Amino acid sequence: MAGNNGSRGRGLRVVGKPFRKVDATSKCTGQTKYADDIVFPRMLHTKLLRSTVPHARIVRIDTTKAEEYPGVKAVLTGKDLPVAYGAMPVSEDEHALAIDKVRMVGEPVVAVAAVDEDVATEALELIEVEYDLLPTISSIESALEHPEPRVHDHGEFGNIHRRQVYEFGNVEAGFAEADFVREDLTFYEGSTHLPLEQHASVAQFSHDGKLTLYTCTQDLHYLHKALVKVLGLPASHVHVIATPVGGGFGGKCDPFQHEIVVSKLAMITGRPVKICLTREEVFYCHRGRHPALMWTKTGFKKDGSLTAMHHRTFLDGGAYGGLGVATAFYTGTFQTTTYPIPRFRVEAVRVFTNKAPCGPKRGNGTPQPRFAQEVQMDKIAEQLELDPAEMRKRHLVSPYSYVANWIRVGTIDLGTCIDKVVEGSQWKQRFRKLPYGKGLGMACSGYMTGAQTPIYWNNMPHSGVQLKVDRGGGVTVFCGSAEIGQGSDSILAYIVAEVLGIDPFDIRVVTGDTDLTPVDLGSYSSRVTLMTGNAAIQAAERAKELLSQAVAEKLEVPEARLTFADRRVFDLENPDKGMSFIDAVWLAESKFGTLSTVGSYKPPAAKGKFKGSGIGPSPAYSYTAAVAEVDVNPETGIVAVPRMWIAHDIGQSINPVLVMGQVEGSIYMGLGEALMEEMAYRGNRNVLQKSPSFLEYKSPTTLEMCDIVTYLVGNADSNGPFGAKEAGQGPQLPVAPAIANAIYDAVGVRIDEVPLTPDKVLRAIRAKAKGQEGRYGPTKFPHCDMPAPIFVPTPAEGGDGKPLDRGPAPGNKQANVPVGRT
Amino acid sequence: MGPVRKEDNPRAEKTSIRLRVNGEDVEVAFAPHKTLLEVLREDLGLTGTKHGCELGECGCCTVLVDGRPILSCLALGVALDGHEVGTIEGMADGAKLHPLQAAFSDLGAGQCGYCTPGMLLAAKALLDEVPRPSREQIKAALAGNICRCTGYIKIFEAVELAAAWLAGEPAEPPKESIYGWE
Repeated sequence: MAGNNGSRGRGLRVVGKPFRKVDATSKCTGQTKYADDIVFPRMLHTKLLRSTVPHARIVRIDTTKAEEYPGVKAVLTGKDLPVAYGAMPVSEDEHALAIDKVRMVGEPVVAVAAVDEDVATEALELIEVEYDLLPTISSIESALEHPEPRVHDHGEFGNIHRRQVYEFGNVEAGFAEADFVREDLTFYEGSTHLPLEQHASVAQFSHDGKLTLYTCTQDLHYLHKALVKVLGLPASHVHVIATPVGGGFGGKCDPFQHEIVVSKLAMITGRPVKICLTREEVFYCHRGRHPALMWTKTGFKKDGSLTAMHHRTFLDGGAYGGLGVATAFYTGTFQTTTYPIPRFRVEAVRVFTNKAPCGPKRGNGTPQPRFAQEVQMDKIAEQLELDPAEMRKRHLVSPYSYVANWIRVGTIDLGTCIDKVVEGSQWKQRFRKLPYGKGLGMACSGYMTGAQTPIYWNNMPHSGVQLKVDRGGGVTVFCGSAEIGQGSDSILAYIVAEVLGIDPFDIRVVTGDTDLTPVDLGSYSSRVTLMTGNAAIQAAERAKELLSQAVAEKLEVPEARLTFADRRVFDLENPDKGMSFIDAVWLAESKFGTLSTVGSYKPPAAKGKFKGSGIGPSPAYSYTAAVAEVDVNPETGIVAVPRMWIAHDIGQSINPVLVMGQVEGSIYMGLGEALMEEMAYRGNRNVLQKSPSFLEYKSPTTLEMCDIVTYLVGNADSNGPFGAKEAGQGPQLPVAPAIANAIYDAVGVRIDEVPLTPDKVLRAIRAKAKGQEGRYGPTKFPHCDMPAPIFVPTPAEGGDGKPLDRGPAPGNKQANVPVGRT
Repeated sequence: MGPVRKEDNPRAEKTSIRLRVNGEDVEVAFAPHKTLLEVLREDLGLTGTKHGCELGECGCCTVLVDGRPILSCLALGVALDGHEVGTIEGMADGAKLHPLQAAFSDLGAGQCGYCTPGMLLAAKALLDEVPRPSREQIKAALAGNICRCTGYIKIFEAVELAAAWLAGEPAEPPKESIYGWE
């Protein structure tokens, strides 16, 4: 049913229209219940004692005094929760409470449940923990230089968690065909999601052995699996309810320590147990953007076409695996989806450090390489004396084609996107022509609409929808998706309403409940609209079929001529001949019995047949082009962004006002990362977060936000529901590189490091004034022994998607990564 | 909050104050160290007021005290004896949404919705004082309220739309803010 247009015989009535979200008024009146708004009688409150040191063996924990403290009901340590877990089966290296060792400041060590938060907090002060300090690993460089002490015993060796090397076609041959080859070093600093809602969870345990956990999670299905594993309960006895998430951005994807801890405490005490983290603790949860140090070597011809790319990324993963293996893959997947790169070699190294674990922040692993790529494209255009917008537009990937790394793109309207922002920004009149201090910069990007592979291997649907049709003409949609503010509940209502010809507000949506709703894999990888949408179309089409049969029989009209619209079912050729939707439901229920249907969705299989080929393929790809305008103050280095133009290839908007919101929100988050946001740490040995608070961690307020001119473009993609593609992540990708490129246009210096802070800009301007290179960015790139690549011939070379069994290509053995640039 | 046994928590001595909350007089007893935020959420069950930091940094917990926006996480409950407090629960006129609530709903100005109550009350305080604010005045009035979802654009547009409605104009949101530019 993928791509089905469920509105045969009439135009779209709901899809493409700016309806309110189904939860809009509830959120605007304070009625929405978030996890911390949930209160039960006899509820206990939990506080966590967190490690004050970055890396140490735990010598002794004494909780005696805390246990005896009046009002304390239970105390847990690591030995009470000995089973390891993690978001990905390949790196289950976490414990709910530290066992034997702590790996970061802020790691939970002891949990206390008490009658209120104050008592629990006081009890924490009575706990004694003795640590035997270990040397710390504080950065990519220190992880590579110091194989000992190891942060983890797992991983490849030393403090290297994971190395990945792929070569699609012979890149050396590609470089040989090039007129020029460039090598550039870039660094993209880590940043955090900073959701307004602090994580909160409430657990209940019934005397028949069933656990219920209310929690703000983006991925209730994966959390359910982790709880079952760690708590040792039958899966059927664990019930996860995903409360509306007050800001996710990827930060509420992993199973978290506190979710497991309150569950266990509820099991022990038999009372409801709640936790709400403080803002500082949210910073320790992190799972944000990986700091990424990158080297990008690209071969290109005089016309700006690319012949090969070799890209290597070092990722600072922090203290745990989390979803970091996926992040590492994503640093080398989507470069190929915009401009043809016929040969592509990609390498990623993720290291462990004694910092809060990094993970999937909006765009998971892709803003960093996209920054490197788009800044390099700007340099290539300059080197070739070409217009960077024209150069990009001249060489675009073809729609519905396979690219070098076996990703199949669907519709691609990036050319139109470029035209829109070029025209809107008056690029041709203004680029390279503005007075000193003012500049324009461009960048483009491509992003997936849902990961083709689930996090654990299985053959089941990625998304399921159940639909119940009521005698009152209402419809209830059940789906396991998690509403994180993006509008996933509303999408289900719009799509079912479109197919059945009723009003979206006739529909009740029940989501995010492992007992009540069929599995959806969660709000990550921009998958929700496409996957739940296609499942909803299938379920609604099946309901429509039942109704059609009953109505066709009654009216003696062929089923194919029946149309559903305006809460009626009628003959398309004679619209007066028909009946109300309610009457149709009564007829169908009389004929078939209780009316309920299901729909499922699973992405099409990928053609790549090599280890890791499941990461990257997606049913559809969104595209974005952006132009940033900057004002750079050459005296202070302060960069202001008054305006951005952005064109997003959405395929077909299910609701344009929600797409606009995602695009604007993506620009905002990209602007924060580009200009100010920084997950910074103090000193080398302490590895202490510099700014774990809203005040010190700088994020854009209303005063820093730029004006935005947004264009929504695109053609329906055959894999998307009604042709829809994603909007939640892709539009962030071009923001930082567009701003960096605009800075170059404004003051002639290259800032190859995000965030583009005033100190860096000023240093580059001063260096240039002294006749030195007008650049700020990394100048050294560390060495790491790499395994031979998995070599896969490209589709263009006639490959079949399978890897070739061959040693390293000549001259390719140990990627020779020099310092500096060509 | 569940009942707390006295022997479990010797500090459960409570102070009682009178407040006028959303136009209704209430008497509420709570431990004297509690902030207005905690009193509203925990003792009056008004969980529409949110918290994002409890340190006065994010603006989520904004409520109106005697019509002026304050951060309820920085105000002690006992200091507000006799004052008038407006929360999100009291913003609608019965079943009718306040124009700001309607405009926020129409434009998707609340995404995750967590900053929305504070944002709406801060915007209401602005419109009560400046009926037709400029974009710059809106930005200044909302600069203390962080939103991580929307990029603020839809919020600015919603405040402008609501201001027009409040002035009796049959305004509609600009086409560009819903469908994008041509």
